[in-house]
Amino acid sequence: MSRTRALLWPVLFGVSLVLAFVSQHLPPWLLTPPQAMMIDLAGTTSAAMKWLVEDATFGMFTVKEATRAIATLIEVPYEAARILLVDGITEGKGRRASTIIPPISWIAVTAAMVALGIYARNLKLGLLIGALFLYLAVFGQWESAMVTLASILIAVPIGVVGGLALGILAFLSPTFSRVLSPILDLMQTVPTFAYLVPILFLFGFGPVAALIATVIYAMPPMVRITTLALRQVPPELQEFGRMVGCTPGQQMRKVLLPTALPDLMVGVNQVIMLSLNMVIIASMIGAGGLGFDVLNALRSLKIGDGIEAGLAITALALALDQLSQALAARSHVGAPVQGSWIKRHPKTVAVLVLIVVTGLAGLVLPWVQTYPREAMLSTRSFWSDLVTYVNVNYFDQIEAFKDAILINLLLPVKRFLLALPWPWVLALLTLAAWQVGRGRLAGLCLALGLFIVVTGLWEQAVTTVYLCGISVVIAALIGVPLGIWAAASNTAGKVIGAFIDMLQTLPSFVYLIPVIMLFRVGDFAAMIAVVLYALAPAVRYTAHGLRSVQSELIEAGIVCGCTRWQVLTRVRLPMALPDILLGVNQTIMLALSMLVITALVGTRDLGQEVYAALATADVGRGVMAGLAVAAIAIIADRLIAGATARAKARLGLSGE
Amino acid sequence: MKQTKRLISLGLALTLSAGAAFAQVESEDPIKLTLHDWTGQLITTNIMAAVLEEAGYNVELVQADYLAQFSGIESGDLHVAMELWATTAADAMNASIATGNTVSFGETGMQAKEEWWYPIYMKEKCPGLPDWKALNACAEMFSTAETAPKGRYLGGPVTWGGYDEERIASLGLEYEVIHAGTDAAMFAELAAAYERQDPILMWIYSPHWAPIKYPGEWIEFPAYSAECYTDPAVGENPAAAYDCGKPTGPIYKAGWVGLEGKWPGAAKAIKAFTMTNEQMGEMVGKGDVDGIPLEDVVDEWMTNNEAVWKTWIE
Repeated sequence: MSRTRALLWPVLFGVSLVLAFVSQHLPPWLLTPPQAMMIDLAGTTSAAMKWLVEDATFGMFTVKEATRAIATLIEVPYEAARILLVDGITEGKGRRASTIIPPISWIAVTAAMVALGIYARNLKLGLLIGALFLYLAVFGQWESAMVTLASILIAVPIGVVGGLALGILAFLSPTFSRVLSPILDLMQTVPTFAYLVPILFLFGFGPVAALIATVIYAMPPMVRITTLALRQVPPELQEFGRMVGCTPGQQMRKVLLPTALPDLMVGVNQVIMLSLNMVIIASMIGAGGLGFDVLNALRSLKIGDGIEAGLAITALALALDQLSQALAARSHVGAPVQGSWIKRHPKTVAVLVLIVVTGLAGLVLPWVQTYPREAMLSTRSFWSDLVTYVNVNYFDQIEAFKDAILINLLLPVKRFLLALPWPWVLALLTLAAWQVGRGRLAGLCLALGLFIVVTGLWEQAVTTVYLCGISVVIAALIGVPLGIWAAASNTAGKVIGAFIDMLQTLPSFVYLIPVIMLFRVGDFAAMIAVVLYALAPAVRYTAHGLRSVQSELIEAGIVCGCTRWQVLTRVRLPMALPDILLGVNQTIMLALSMLVITALVGTRDLGQEVYAALATADVGRGVMAGLAVAAIAIIADRLIAGATARAKARLGLSGE
Repeated sequence: MKQTKRLISLGLALTLSAGAAFAQVESEDPIKLTLHDWTGQLITTNIMAAVLEEAGYNVELVQADYLAQFSGIESGDLHVAMELWATTAADAMNASIATGNTVSFGETGMQAKEEWWYPIYMKEKCPGLPDWKALNACAEMFSTAETAPKGRYLGGPVTWGGYDEERIASLGLEYEVIHAGTDAAMFAELAAAYERQDPILMWIYSPHWAPIKYPGEWIEFPAYSAECYTDPAVGENPAAAYDCGKPTGPIYKAGWVGLEGKWPGAAKAIKAFTMTNEQMGEMVGKGDVDGIPLEDVVDEWMTNNEAVWKTWIE
């Protein structure tokens, strides 16, 4: 029995090879799904969208009026944040507006951030954050960074409050939770570009539409973490709350939420980081700020400018990340200080005084208000010279390396996958799903696969699987050893950690252009970009999994006489397997979310389909391609989750 | 001292502009012009904005996607698009005009050209250029691992059309089209190839900074005609269409249908706006090659051409 099982997949693979080999002699409908099978879902979606925007009403007012009202509502706090940080109070409209009261000066903003850092943890953190903000000023990124900060300041609270509300509802009502779960899956897997066009229709052009797209992208983790955190509140505490006579409202406000607070802050941190991830895409529909600077610089090939603006996004992300993590871990120490409000809030007072003082001083001394141009530093020419140097001197070696991988790996895999008949692929998929999760999972995977077939996106979907699949394998091959290394030594752990943090917060567009200059337009450049972006979770989860193997098990291994290598391969790695699989799962998700970016290089996959739909404002086409990406993501997620659960059961890690 | 002076002049400017605005302008609401991602368009739009401001209008510049902007124009969220190229946006623009919510403001006077292009150093390596008949002899030189033995032709994003696959087939060219995803990707390759003086054959459009910064030439295909694209019998290959070069076309202005009713004076000025390819090429070169800030380029044009734009807003 087990022998036939072990042979099953190698035999199926052999059959696939034969099928691919003879594919030219197969009837064409086996390779490309026939036209008769297609359902015009895209057209239907476009028509539905048109109806929603133009005709749908709630009786008193139309849907569009309602969404526009929401947009106006969000615009008010956004404008306020901009007045404080960027514009100041101005007279007149449009471009000719002149400043009456200037925005908060760079000195005061930096000081406020330092004070926040000290409040959240200690002076060291305050100084780190201060240094990061100083970077923004010294490298001439201040104004754009403040525009970006203003939109983050609005997007994050909306994302947090919205996520909290949905999360609480899902906690209270299991039915709502069941309905919400697939929607969250979609929000996380449908590429952002796919819903940009509908958002533009409903909320109009400009920063508000960009803000809403940001919130949709950044909110799901907050919802999930809220529900999870509330469910994990110990039942004794809930009992206690009921015993002392809490109303349901009090129970939530005074017992459940405070207990779950540390977990909730992790969610807040996620919302901040994801919002910053959206900066570039948001700037494509009018958000402005640093994302716009990056795009603009790279479009005119000013690589140095692009890298500097990109690093400014990283600096902002790092500062906000550190700050929110410190706030999450903040313990309430020390007795409350007695006395007047001023006495109790010395830092707040100091910052407020500084705002007023620098504001007034700025009227006489311009450098107090705006960091002087003469004192700015720049590394621009260094970066572009570096790319030029590598390009001129090492291109032949790079080209040879690229060709070797292209000819021996990428092209054969692509041809093989594209030559497989689609019914065969669907059958294999269903079989794999049945092995992992029986009837239910098999049904789901078959349905999602058929969805891709009937939307007529089969070929693009296969190209997507090819590009992402190879990238994920390479990312895992690099990431897992890096993770093992990071877990083995503290220093290595810190250096590698900082490196992958930077890779994740630096907008991928920044390294995309140098990658194209060195590797040319094509699948290889796209693959490099995907690997760089998707590497992080493979490293992080591996390191985390290895570190959290129980020490008794390791000791048992050592007692049995295992060498270090044997401890690693026989004890630690197998025990960490579920975590590593989870890391691979996240790597796949990130690889899929990079599709829209690789579309900018010129791939011919689902990402390109989504991007092309955005460029032609074709709602239905974009949504369908986006859903196809989501379908692939969900299939991969469920298969790996099933495999992880089985691995856990085998290792005796779960209750089964 | 300097500061006080600034404050005084500011106050003066405020009273003046307020007075002027009330005297001339039909509506104080800002007119929204769209900005895209190429320098020429930024210059055109900024000049138009400066002229409208001289006339007393309030102007706002909004970053918007080239093709996605039409939904904004149709709903009145955006008001004016200053550069719509017949070569790339004609279909989207005509579809938008057909809804009745968008109107054309006429031509800008600039002519868009797009065609196959090579850097000037390739002329020595491949004698016979710019004639298209010389291309097949050099296919090997232009090839890469992905396309070998065929030559590699770097095309624009798929959505931009251009019928290059069809052209290659009908003219019997030994080339394969590799589509770049964005114009940034395309010019990144050009910059890298130019630094190494490597062979590259690609699609370029003008007015653009690239052919100004990197000297090169257009491939000369059989001349374009509308029939060549539709009728197989016309052109080099009697059995296939698209056996000729690409069309050139005007660059149009268009905008929201309500603009004329709300700001009649502005609509008149926008319709009157014209610019030549030479003027634009010079300004684009100043901005992208010489590195002069765009505001300065625009200011210089405004000062030197006062007599011209004054007639637009009379």
